Amino acid sequence: MPTASINGRPVQVDAEGFLTQYDEWDEDLARVLAAQIGIELSEEHWKAIHFLRADFKAQGETATLRRITTIGGIPTKELFELFPKKPAKKMAYIAGLPKPRGCV
Amino acid sequence: MSSEPTTNPVPNFDEGPSDRTLAIICSKGNLDMAYPGLILANAALGEGVEVHMFFTFWGFDMITKKRMADLKFTMLGNTATHMPQGLGGLPGMTAMATTMMRKQIASIDVPTVPEMLEQIVASGGHLWACQMSADMMHLSKDDLYDAVEAIINASTFIEMTGGAQLLFI
Repeated sequence: MPTASINGRPVQVDAEGFLTQYDEWDEDLARVLAAQIGIELSEEHWKAIHFLRADFKAQGETATLRRITTIGGIPTKELFELFPKKPAKKMAYIAGLPKPRGCV
Repeated sequence: MSSEPTTNPVPNFDEGPSDRTLAIICSKGNLDMAYPGLILANAALGEGVEVHMFFTFWGFDMITKKRMADLKFTMLGNTATHMPQGLGGLPGMTAMATTMMRKQIASIDVPTVPEMLEQIVASGGHLWACQMSADMMHLSKDDLYDAVEAIINASTFIEMTGGAQLLFI
């Protein structure tokens, strides 16, 4: 498991760059991660990221797009606008979580 | 495990051809055969792939308002249930098998067929209905799920999905 230096501090990441330790994440780090994939975080982005963080803590699994829509209350269409092309993976990356495992 | 800070890997979310398109032809109206196309369409959209679904013949049931929420599963002709085939023909067996399958699908948080279609459309997927099937079944655009973009013939679908990867289900 590589150690990356992000925002001036070491964090554990997987080979692709996804954080592997839930507690190593903070909001400053999220801004850097988002910038690295070309996203500037707005209020709407944060709503999704915070839902993902809270839901992972409760469920032990990264929420799928459907879950973010049905439980988190953010329309699927909006998620595709906020995190274009690959919303589920981009959100997980910025939230410092593993990629979602579920199919739907 | 290395403790030395290394370079900072960033996932490449844009790798692969950005113009990848998937065409899915749905030709079956059984509950169990509706899901493969829906799940794959949804997965492809989540990976940034453009998706066009063409509903034809029995697949028309997936987008017909009166039937889309009422697709059925039968044991008949399906040896993968590993039940005696004679059982499947008894009265009430199809209804029972359908109820069981619906429960199994719901238990793993997979939505119903109409909900899957709704999510596919919200994710930017395109739904098309087959002209010949509409003619055969005497159905018009009003009888179909609202998000179906148009009733088109097979050559139009083939033309609009030129260069796409194709799945026939």
